[in-house]
Amino acid sequence: MFDLQFAPVIASLPALLQGLWLTVKLSFIAIVCGASLGLIVAMLRSMAPPKLRWPANIYVELIRNTPFLVQLYIIFFGLPSFGVKVTAVEAGLLAMTINLGAYSTEIFRAGIDSIHRSQIEAAQALALTPLQIFRHIVLKPAVQKVWPSLVSQFVLIMLTSSVCSFISVEELSGAANTIQSATFRSFETYIIAGLMYLALAIVLKVGLFAAGSYIFGRRTRKPLLPASAMTSPILKDAQS
Amino acid sequence: MIRDFGLQEFWFLITATRWTLVLTIAASILGGILGLIVALARVSVFPWLRATAAAYITVVQGIPALILLFLSYYGLSKAGYDLSPIVAASISLSIYASGYLGDIWRGAIQSVPLQQWEASTSLALTRGQQYRHIILPQSIRIALPPTVGFLVQLVKNTSVVSIVGVVELARSGQLINNATFQPFRVFIVVATIYFAICYPLSVASKHFEVKFNAYRAS
Repeated sequence: MFDLQFAPVIASLPALLQGLWLTVKLSFIAIVCGASLGLIVAMLRSMAPPKLRWPANIYVELIRNTPFLVQLYIIFFGLPSFGVKVTAVEAGLLAMTINLGAYSTEIFRAGIDSIHRSQIEAAQALALTPLQIFRHIVLKPAVQKVWPSLVSQFVLIMLTSSVCSFISVEELSGAANTIQSATFRSFETYIIAGLMYLALAIVLKVGLFAAGSYIFGRRTRKPLLPASAMTSPILKDAQS
Repeated sequence: MIRDFGLQEFWFLITATRWTLVLTIAASILGGILGLIVALARVSVFPWLRATAAAYITVVQGIPALILLFLSYYGLSKAGYDLSPIVAASISLSIYASGYLGDIWRGAIQSVPLQQWEASTSLALTRGQQYRHIILPQSIRIALPPTVGFLVQLVKNTSVVSIVGVVELARSGQLINNATFQPFRVFIVVATIYFAICYPLSVASKHFEVKFNAYRAS
């Protein structure tokens, strides 16, 4: 039934790897820019009075309820009619950034909202500056709380980058399209491409979770007593 | 001759929308059945079945919907089935949906407290009865908001099947654009139609979430 021949695909592996490298670059830039955009919008939204939160909400809802492909088309085909020329790669990057920006705004918002008001009041009582409060009291615990959702969203945007092949960006899917039309080994080509995406997704997920536990540390409280006191055998018994 | 984007073109987009809806409905029914099997396998008492389901979820969630589409499109034709693009597209979207729905529903099943299992076991219920009368009624309530939320993703992802020649909403927008050369106007209209489908689903998902949380708090 199946007559799989991987040899022609193996022969064009360099082109596929080149596509993979472009996917990695696109995803990396989009994740850095998109997450920063999301953080900024979520920050501004949280500082704005409730009546002025609608622009951020509209941005989030508009992007989250329309397909990435259509956003990409609007940027790539629509912007030139306003005299803004963008290359396919630029359009792809812009669309990915705007797309991830909306999703991460929503994720950061959930994190920021989860910080209890009393935490901020306590920080104010300790005379921390607004910037210090935001950084240490709001941002770090908020990001820590939503880190798993953020990681899933980063993986999703990496997978979404495949849609950029629609506007002839030669990332992994684009390279696979080119190879399959040259070798006529479509099924085999997409199996290899699929495995590459899978490997990338797993590496990204595992790597980001490891980075998360490195940055935020384990969720254990520091002991109330200094470390030297812990060596006392009596206290050790009392602790256990 | 370059056509203008008029009522006729708008109507073409609206009629193409039905294929977007057909694909969504087909994928949510078939994907839902597959997803339920995956979810039940994921919480099965047999370790090998759990591992298989976990691997399936990892693979489906680690591969773009676009590649899944190509794999089923070319894979099925290689296997000797000459399927129309719309059928191949429905199958690939179902596989895509099953990977995500299976994971959502696994979480919903696992979030039913263990005591419920123990209590129903002590009442000598069989595993099938436990699922039917005890576990699933409770997990449906938990699973409803994320499931409706996922439908939004599904509607949006039907747009990628335009590449295999299914004239759904995104593809029809492209065709109209090729005839009118008014990309901005055309794709804004296309985006608006998608929004009109997705936004009510998003609102419903949020509504269920609030309702469920209120239930939990009381």
